[in-house]
Amino acid sequence: MLFVLLRLLPGDPANALLGVGATSEQVAAARSQLGSDQPLFAQFLLFLVNLARFDFGASFVSRAPVLGEIANRLSVTLPLTLAGFVLALLLAVPLGIVAAVKADKPFGAMISVVSQLGVAVPVFWVGILLVTLFAVNLRWLPSGNFPLRGWRNWDDALTAMVLPVLTIGLVMGASVLRYVRAATLDVLNSDYIRTARALGSSLPEALRRHGLRNGAVPVVSILGIELASTFLGAVVVERVFNLPGLGSMLLLGIQQRDYPNVQGVLFVSTLMVLLVGFAADIVQRLLDPRLRESVAS
Amino acid sequence: MTIPADTAILSRKARSWTLVAGLALVGLHLVVALLTLVWTPFDPTELAGRRLEAPSLLHLAGTDRLGRDLLTQIMIGSRIALTVGTAAVAIGAVLGTTLGLLAAFASNWLDDALAAALDILIAFPTLLIAMLVVAASDGANLSTAILALGLGLSPIVARLARILAKRVLLMDYITAARTSGTSWPAIVRIHVLPNIWPGLSVNLALQFGLAVIAEASLSYLGLGAPPPNASWGRLLQEAQGTVFSAPIGAITPGIALVSLVIGINLLADGLRERNDPARSER
Repeated sequence: MLFVLLRLLPGDPANALLGVGATSEQVAAARSQLGSDQPLFAQFLLFLVNLARFDFGASFVSRAPVLGEIANRLSVTLPLTLAGFVLALLLAVPLGIVAAVKADKPFGAMISVVSQLGVAVPVFWVGILLVTLFAVNLRWLPSGNFPLRGWRNWDDALTAMVLPVLTIGLVMGASVLRYVRAATLDVLNSDYIRTARALGSSLPEALRRHGLRNGAVPVVSILGIELASTFLGAVVVERVFNLPGLGSMLLLGIQQRDYPNVQGVLFVSTLMVLLVGFAADIVQRLLDPRLRESVAS
Repeated sequence: MTIPADTAILSRKARSWTLVAGLALVGLHLVVALLTLVWTPFDPTELAGRRLEAPSLLHLAGTDRLGRDLLTQIMIGSRIALTVGTAAVAIGAVLGTTLGLLAAFASNWLDDALAAALDILIAFPTLLIAMLVVAASDGANLSTAILALGLGLSPIVARLARILAKRVLLMDYITAARTSGTSWPAIVRIHVLPNIWPGLSVNLALQFGLAVIAEASLSYLGLGAPPPNASWGRLLQEAQGTVFSAPIGAITPGIALVSLVIGINLLADGLRERNDPARSER
């Protein structure tokens, strides 16, 4: 499906490769070199065979193998997304629970208002604001400058990652917080918490023993979606901080009509979405025995 | 994606305010957007001042890197955001509802297939789908951005429409209508659409807010409407380049954007309260 969609794009990669003043002989030569003069069906068969071998071909523009490029760029996007995800959890889970427990106190309402604000703010603006604050005014951190040598220059790479991770953590955290708060409210209104309280356990203890597991089940499925879409949406954050990640590879690929690169990124992204969804399912089954039984029967 | 039932975070009494506050914010942007059709402080392409001027009485939001008035561009940004948002949501609503209803009415295996496809598409951010659509068209302009965002929103709408419609189709009055010989198109018009509309409209309002953010992101990436359409995303992208010398330009368009999105979200909360008091009563 991806393949057909991409080949239907107007604009010829051979033209994009050669620039404006190319002669028609040059274009024809470039086309046969790229294989884009073959019939579509032949191109598609070749694509399928290569896909099965995890061979996405070589970039039209740089002629580098797509798979190697993807692996390179995953070493930026994967840590970025995962660190942002962990930060979001560290922020959202405790604050979300507090916001629910203290829902009618000013503190709880304040957390909710701030998180409401957080979901109305586009990711890239959060990034720009953090750059303005930490890179321009305080001069604590760089506004980009991910080293060309990547993680081999690990201390520079690490400092370049701080602001992007913070950006993702804050935005994702604000959105996750609302779900944690809603789930906690559900738990607080449940009969089993009332019973536990009546039997004399304190509210924190009742929440810890009965609430966490029950509240976590719906939140986990949201977390799966959030993680997948953050991974896919990394393109914006990578653009703000000029990071050489998977998202900027996709953007560049789209601009240069570099089909093998775009296809490769989309394929890996779809794979990630499915994997994360699968992982979320497993975690839910571990948390909730009822889900396990319903599968067995 | 579904939103927790209690996005309305304030007490019941305060909640009636959300509709008013939302209307006020969105109304303000609407007035500004209409105003730009007849009047702006400066011509948007005119080099009205020196480069990167700080805010002053003459240029309330300062000037950009070429010396154009920023307030003028931010005001035009309201128009672009509202236009793109409205049109994209309209496209997403028509496409999504049609697809969702088809799935709800379809035979079991077709419904399963559509539902599975929608579940995967949901994980793809609207922005990413929109990026690919823009890439598939010849160069970025206002109508490709609208079409792209509309297509990007449609799976979210389709998924919700399907769930809501399936719930309605189980009702006794549908069976009654069927046995009395009402045709399927008539059932959709008389029974299904009016019944899913309250739930759908609240979600569409939320999608509007998401569409405004996605439009700004698209232009931020350089895939949105080209100049002279002053999209907030493009203003922010340009301002980022000069953030070390003139940080103010990277802030004001963002405030305009966020105020509109918050206004829309408050409006959606208020609508939910009006359409469905039972659900938001907590």
